Amino acid sequence: MLEITEGSHAVAKAVKMSRPQVIAAYPITPQTHIVETLADMVANGELDAEYITVESEFSALSACIGASAAGSRTYSATTSQGLALMFEVCFNVSGMRLPIVMTIANRALGAPLSIWNDQQDSISLRDCGWIQFYAEDNQEATDLHYIAYKVAESVEVLLPAFVCFDGFILSHTYEPVDMLSQEDVDRYLPAYKPFQKLDSDDPISMGMYATPEYYLEFRYEHDQAMKRAKDVISKAGKEFGEMFGRDYSALVEGYRLEDADTAIVAMGSLCGTIKDSIDEMRLAGKKVGLLKIRCFRPFPAEEIRNALSHVKRVAVLDKNVSIGAKGAVAIEVRDALYGKTMPVLGYILGLGGRDVRISDIKNIISLAESGKGDQFYGLRTEVL
Amino acid sequence: MAENSCELFDSGHRACGGCGAALVSRLLLKATGKDVIIVSATGCMEVFSTPYPETAWKVPWIHSLFENNSAVASGIEAALKKQGRKEKVVAIGGDGSTFDIGMLCLSGAFERGHDFTYICYDNEAYMNTGIQRSGATPYDASTTTSPAGKCSKGNNRPKKDLPQILAAHGAPYVATASIAYPSDVVKKIEKALNTPGPCYVQIHAPCCTGWGFEGEKTLAIGKLAIETGLWVNFEMENGVVTRVKKVVRKPVESYLKEQKRFRHLFKPKINAEEIAKIQAIADKNAEKYGTDLKLKSKSGPVVP
Repeated sequence: MLEITEGSHAVAKAVKMSRPQVIAAYPITPQTHIVETLADMVANGELDAEYITVESEFSALSACIGASAAGSRTYSATTSQGLALMFEVCFNVSGMRLPIVMTIANRALGAPLSIWNDQQDSISLRDCGWIQFYAEDNQEATDLHYIAYKVAESVEVLLPAFVCFDGFILSHTYEPVDMLSQEDVDRYLPAYKPFQKLDSDDPISMGMYATPEYYLEFRYEHDQAMKRAKDVISKAGKEFGEMFGRDYSALVEGYRLEDADTAIVAMGSLCGTIKDSIDEMRLAGKKVGLLKIRCFRPFPAEEIRNALSHVKRVAVLDKNVSIGAKGAVAIEVRDALYGKTMPVLGYILGLGGRDVRISDIKNIISLAESGKGDQFYGLRTEVL
Repeated sequence: MAENSCELFDSGHRACGGCGAALVSRLLLKATGKDVIIVSATGCMEVFSTPYPETAWKVPWIHSLFENNSAVASGIEAALKKQGRKEKVVAIGGDGSTFDIGMLCLSGAFERGHDFTYICYDNEAYMNTGIQRSGATPYDASTTTSPAGKCSKGNNRPKKDLPQILAAHGAPYVATASIAYPSDVVKKIEKALNTPGPCYVQIHAPCCTGWGFEGEKTLAIGKLAIETGLWVNFEMENGVVTRVKKVVRKPVESYLKEQKRFRHLFKPKINAEEIAKIQAIADKNAEKYGTDLKLKSKSGPVVP
């Protein structure tokens, strides 16, 4: 059913319909509307879950470890500083192969303190062994939660997943969202059956320490599971499309890319602005297209290489920066295109909530056409 | 004792001979029986009992991080409640994890009132990393980060009073125990398990390696700590001290001189001034908890 709803509320509804049994979360802007809505749902008996009001994000994800290990479907949400505080726990969750789903309302990291959007928070955790989805709009943000649970809990995968959507830009924006019914969700995402759990009738030890004789294999298995996740995501996305008409089988998605000379690569809400810019530029005769990365981990290198093999140049837009290097997406896209000869130009933009407009996308295309890239875009002139 | 009297903490683990913490593990599982989930913090106990692919735990057991066992236990308790399961939840950690790095998670879990038992095996320093001081290290103990030297008499702060801090959270049951009195340990853990809400048992677990004594003396050292008043065994119910182990106190030297961590107080010469300060700590403990056993007169019991 189509509803005009705030992004956070839509996500909370999707989470509710995914039937988590335990929720542990700590409030942080701009994630708060999600967890407040879920708390309301529990308080009103709409959601039959244990809601743990922890004293920190560190404990939020730690409590999720306990709940997930004990065999419950588990949820949390956070952003920015909160995610940074969870750093240690994130590696632990994925190393223990616990299929926790966590929403990230993407926000910049301090210092300087900023509550506004960029994607530095989740990108900085790209190596922590979680699946990472990035949503373009609230429809996608909502649907990706069902898919995230299905993929994470798959026996072939057993990995936790971030569903990232841009803080404020999506989380606090009202958009029409087609909400599934509970019956639909139940058909797509059956009740949780843990692969293994802490159980006194069948005792196991979890989270043991590994000596150098064993550690490397744990990491290998973890990496293998992430690689297997590509097919599982594709299958789950396809099944979703068959059932509800919105196909998420592709880890990357092209927009007017088939005959493009210049391809823009981006993630998240930026893609909406880029699509509008492309439509305008196409009218002016510029052959520009977009490759949207929906799934950043596992990284769809092969899919990116195939999608971009025909273009003359690639402009990668990063709402993050690996200080002293480049934007993370640019680095990885260039790696995916290793051996190809087209220039791959990176642009760092939109950090800390700086607006990115259609005119900015057009300016970046001009820069790319003149071969200028690997730079911050839109800086105040006094720092130059 | 719990019905299941077979050993649920298996032999063959890698603890040092005479390890107090290993005794805590064994006594803990005697008290819990098999219907329990154990959440272990990083530390000696975790490392000596679970080198992959081996485990000494015949009950469900999880280790996550150094500082989050209380939070993990919170999540387990919530999940069990939701699933209608009846296993008891026990979080266990050393004093480093409990007094220091895990304090935030511990405080949060106690404030929220989760139904679980927290066991601290207190060996009074970071033993797993090589005997560094913690908030539980006693006054003047020499550790690798509070070494005695020309300008140092060892650890310059008294032990943090964690039982009182947790009692102030409204914990219904807080107790201290010592592995020197095994049946008392089991009894107190059983009481904690059977008391709804967050309960805390802090168990003195002498560490032969870290404190510097022979492994066969672990129980004797534990007893001396109590007999000198430097460790008090008590129970607090809803914030009120309800039981205290009474002793005929010995001077603190009898405890200190048995351990290398206090050797600097006796060699090259006796540091009477510092020993007097430690005696004052014991005297204060005795006064606060009323541990001193009044000797009956030689002529027989006093009839009121």
